[in-house]
Amino acid sequence: MTVALEVKGVNKRFGGLQALNDVNLLVDEGRIHAIIGPNGAGKSTLLNCFVGKLKPDSGTVLFNGQNLIGRLPHQINQAGVSRVFQTPEIFSDLTVLENVMIPALAHRDGIFELNALRPLRRETDIRTKAVDVLEDLGMEDKLDMTAASMSRGDKRRLEMAMGLVQEPKLLLLDEPTAGMSRADTNNTIDVLKHIGDSRGITMIIIEHDMHVVFSLADKISVLAQGTVIAEDIPQNIKGNPKVQEAYLGGAH
Amino acid sequence: MLGLNRNDFLMLLFVFVLVAAAPIFLNPFPEGSTFAQFNAGYPDLMQRFLIFGIFAIGFNILFGLTGYLSFGHAAFLGAGSYAGVWMLKLLTINVIPAIVVSTIVAGVFSLMIGYISLRRSGIYFSILTLAFAQMSFALAASVLTPITGGETGLQTTLSDPRILDGAAAGTGNIPAPSLFGLEMGHSWKVAVGDWLWTFNVGYYLCAFVLMIVFYISIRIFRSPFGMMLKAIKSNNERLSYTGISPRPYTLAAFVISGMYAGLAGGLMVSMDPLAGAERMQWTASGEVVLMTILGGVGTVVGPVLGAGIIKYFENIFSKINDGLLEQWFAFMPDGLADFMVTIVHPFVGKGWHLSLGLMFMLVVIFLPGGLVGGVTGLFRRLFRRRSH
Amino acid sequence: MELSALLLQVLNGLDKGSAYALIALGLTLIFGTLGVVNFAHGALFMIGAFCSVTVQRLLSLSTVTLDETKTDFLGRPLEVKTPYVESWFGESVGQAMIDWSVPLAILLAIPVMLLIGFVMERGLIKHFYKRPHSDQILVTFGLAIVLQEIIKAYFGANQIPAPAPSMFIGSFDFGQLVGFDPGVLMYPYWRIVYFLFAMLVIAAVFAFLQFTTFGMVVRAGMADRETVGLLGINIDKRFTIMFGIAAAVAGLAGVMYTPINSPSYTFGMDFLVISFVVVVVGGMGSLGGAVLAGFVLGILESFASMREVIEFIPGINQVVIYLAAVLILLARPRGLLGRKGVMES
Repeated sequence: MTVALEVKGVNKRFGGLQALNDVNLLVDEGRIHAIIGPNGAGKSTLLNCFVGKLKPDSGTVLFNGQNLIGRLPHQINQAGVSRVFQTPEIFSDLTVLENVMIPALAHRDGIFELNALRPLRRETDIRTKAVDVLEDLGMEDKLDMTAASMSRGDKRRLEMAMGLVQEPKLLLLDEPTAGMSRADTNNTIDVLKHIGDSRGITMIIIEHDMHVVFSLADKISVLAQGTVIAEDIPQNIKGNPKVQEAYLGGAH
Repeated sequence: MLGLNRNDFLMLLFVFVLVAAAPIFLNPFPEGSTFAQFNAGYPDLMQRFLIFGIFAIGFNILFGLTGYLSFGHAAFLGAGSYAGVWMLKLLTINVIPAIVVSTIVAGVFSLMIGYISLRRSGIYFSILTLAFAQMSFALAASVLTPITGGETGLQTTLSDPRILDGAAAGTGNIPAPSLFGLEMGHSWKVAVGDWLWTFNVGYYLCAFVLMIVFYISIRIFRSPFGMMLKAIKSNNERLSYTGISPRPYTLAAFVISGMYAGLAGGLMVSMDPLAGAERMQWTASGEVVLMTILGGVGTVVGPVLGAGIIKYFENIFSKINDGLLEQWFAFMPDGLADFMVTIVHPFVGKGWHLSLGLMFMLVVIFLPGGLVGGVTGLFRRLFRRRSH
Repeated sequence: MELSALLLQVLNGLDKGSAYALIALGLTLIFGTLGVVNFAHGALFMIGAFCSVTVQRLLSLSTVTLDETKTDFLGRPLEVKTPYVESWFGESVGQAMIDWSVPLAILLAIPVMLLIGFVMERGLIKHFYKRPHSDQILVTFGLAIVLQEIIKAYFGANQIPAPAPSMFIGSFDFGQLVGFDPGVLMYPYWRIVYFLFAMLVIAAVFAFLQFTTFGMVVRAGMADRETVGLLGINIDKRFTIMFGIAAAVAGLAGVMYTPINSPSYTFGMDFLVISFVVVVVGGMGSLGGAVLAGFVLGILESFASMREVIEFIPGINQVVIYLAAVLILLARPRGLLGRKGVMES
C-alpha cells in the first residue's frame, strides 16, 4: 500500500504552549484516516500546518513525496489538497452555485487565468460539475440562493461541496458534520463513503462524533496534548487504555 | 446577443440610446426660454459626462468588484492626459495615437503602483495609493516641469514638431485635435422649431469609445475573472485555500481600471489639448469614488449614471446665482423669499462643493447601494408586495 | 556640513513635526478606541485654526465714532474705530487682548472642538462602527468637504492672517544660547512656543490616559474592546468623550499654528494626508508611535528641503514623506512602534 501523506516530527509552539509535539502520521492512499482527541489536543493546528496556514517550527509534511511545508496555501491546493473548514468559510455575497464553481475553476485553470471576456455561462462543464456535486449533497434546489442566507447546516454542506468539486487527491475535513441534523449527518456519511469508494480520494477527517468516525474511518489516530498517543484500526482503538485515559482522565 | 444575456443586452441598448440621443433630450427646453439654463446639451459638458463615465466604469471594476478602495486613480488619468498631449505635440494632431498611447502609459504606470500597493489591503492599500497619487501630483507640479509644464500645464503650441503632419509648423493657428481631418470641436447644429440641438464630433468619438469600454466592462462582470474578483471582496483568504492566488487578480483589475483612467485622460486632452497637475490631486480621485458610489458600487450601469448626474449638477448648480434664486422665489412674500434665497445661497454657485459633500454623505449613509441599488431594492419590495 | 546647519534643520522640522504629531495623535486615539478611520480630522485642525481667526475678529469688533478735530483728505471728519474690548477694559488691556488673540482663542477652541467632536460622534460616526473601513473613509471624506465648504462660505477662499502676540514676533539667537557664533542659528520665537505648546498637549493627553481611571478604561478598551464591554463598563460614553478630546487636540494644533501659516479652508486637507502617513509610519493604534513619527517625518522633511539635498535629488522635499510611508508600509507594516499583528495582513 502506498503512503499518500507522511508527517514526520512536526513541532509547533505558541508562546509557552507546545501545541504539537513531535507528531508523526502515515496516511494510506485511498483510505479515510480519522484524527480524534479531546478539545485542545492540536487537531486543527495540525490541519493548519498541512494547508499552509501555519508553519511548523520543525518537521516535514510529505504529500506524494513532496514537502508541503513553506508552500503557499494556493500552491498546496493546486498540488491536490483541499480543505473543508470547521467554521464555514464561504463567499457569503455570492450564490451557492458560484461558491462551488470557483474551486472547480481553480482546479481546471490553476492559480490565475485572465479569462476576463469569456462569459461565465459558457462554462457549461464547470457548471455541470458543480451542480452534480450539489445534487449529491441534496442542495440542487438552492443553486441561486445567496450563500449568506443559508442555514448553518447548509453552509457546512456547501463547504463540503467546495472541497469535493475539486476532485482532490487528499481531502481534509475539519468536523464536517458539526451543526448538522442527524439525517444530514447520515447523508454526509453516505456521500463521503461513496466518494471514497468510487474515486479513491484519500481523506483525513477530524471529528468528535464517534458515530461518524466509526462509520467512515479505515484508521484512527488519537491526538492528546499535541502528541499522537495511538494509531490503529477502529476496532482496536476503543479498547486502547491510553485512549481511554486521554478521554476520561485528561479531559481538560 | 454579443455574448450577453437578455438583461445585459437590454442595458447595453439602453445606454446606447441614452448616449446617442443625449444631444436631443439633454436640451428639453427651447432656446431663450426661462429654463434654457437647465439644458445640458453643450458639447463640452456632454463630453465630460462620457469621459468621467469611462473613468468611473473603470474605477468600478476595481472598487466595485474587489472592494479595494483606491484614492489614487486621478494619477492615472493625469498620466494619461500628459501622454496624450505629448502625442499631439510630437507625433500628429490626429487623436488616435494620443488615445492609444495614453491608455498604454497609464497601464504601465498603474502596473508599477499597483504591484507595490497591492502588497497591502484595507486602509493600508487606500493610504498607499493616496501617498503615490500625492507623490505624482507633487512631482508633476515641480520637478517634472520639463515634461508636465509644471503649474501652468502642458499644451500644444505652434512650434510643436508633429513629425507625421507637422509640415505647416510655425505658421497659422495652432491646429485643433482631429480625427483624420475632422476636428473634434466641429459641430452640426440642427434647429427644430425653437429647439436647438448640437451634434459634435468629439462627443460622438467619446460616445463610441464609451460604448466599447462599457461593453467590455459588462463582459468582465459576467466572466469567471469577474466572479473571482467578487470572491476576493467577499472572502480573500478563503480564495487562496481554494487554489487561487488573489494577487494577480487584484493586480489585473487595478491595471484594467488604471487603463480606463488613462483612456479618459487621453480623451480629455483630445477634446481640449491641455493637461495640468491638478487633475492628479487626491480630491480628483475622491470625485470618481463619489460617482461610483452615487450610481451604485458594483453595478454595471451605476458609474455611468453617477458620472452623468454629478457632472450635470456641477454644471447646473454652479450656474445658479442670487439673481436667479430671487426670480424663482419671487412668488413668495418678500420676507420668505429673502429667507429662501439666504438658505439656498450657500449650496449653489460657488457653493457647489458643499452640495457635493452633502450628497456624498447622504449616499454613504442612506443609500450604500447607490441609485441603482436603491431603485432595484424598491422594485424588489414592490414586486414582493404584489406577489403576496 | 556644519553642526549648526544640522541643528537648524532639526529645529525647522519641529514646528511641522509638532502639528503632524498632534493631528496623528488624535487620529490614533480615534482609530485605536473606536476603530474608525476619520478622514475629517484635517478639517477639525482647520476649524481650530479658524477659531483663532474668529476670536481675532470678535475682539476687534469696534464702535465707530467721528473725531471732529481731525479730517481726512476730503475734509470729512475722521472715523475712529474703538474696539469694544478697549472701551470695556481700558485701552491697554484691550489692546493686549487683541494682540494676544491667538493664545486667547484656545479658550474658545476647547469648548467648540469638544462640542463638534461630541456631535460628530453621536450624530454620524456612531452609526459607522460596524460598517467597513471604506464606508468610514467615504463618509468622513464627505464630511470633510462639507466642513471645509462651510468655512469657505463664511470666511472666503483666501488665507487670513492671524499673527502671534507682538512679543513673539521675530527671531532669537538660538545658536548663541548653545555656544555658536551670534547670528548663525536664528529661530523664530513663535515656533519655539508652538513646539512647547505641542509638548504640553501631548503630555496632558498621555497623563490623562495614564493616571485617570477614565484613561485606564480607555486604554483597556483600545487593547480589547469586547472584554471591557463585558465588564459592564459603559464604553460607548467614554468613547464619545474620547472623540471629543481627539477633536480638541486637532483643534488646538490648528489654533496655535495660524501664526506660522495663515489658514485658508484647504488648510486641513494638506495636513490630513500627511497625518495619515504619520499614523501608518508610527504604527496604527500606537499613540507613542504617532508622536514619534510626527516629529521624525517633520524633521525628515526639513532635511530634504535643504539646498544641498535638493541639488542632489531634485524634488525629494516634495515626496520624502510619502516615500518614507511607502517604504515603511512594505518593509514593516506594523510601523515604528506598532504592536505585532495589529493591522498586518
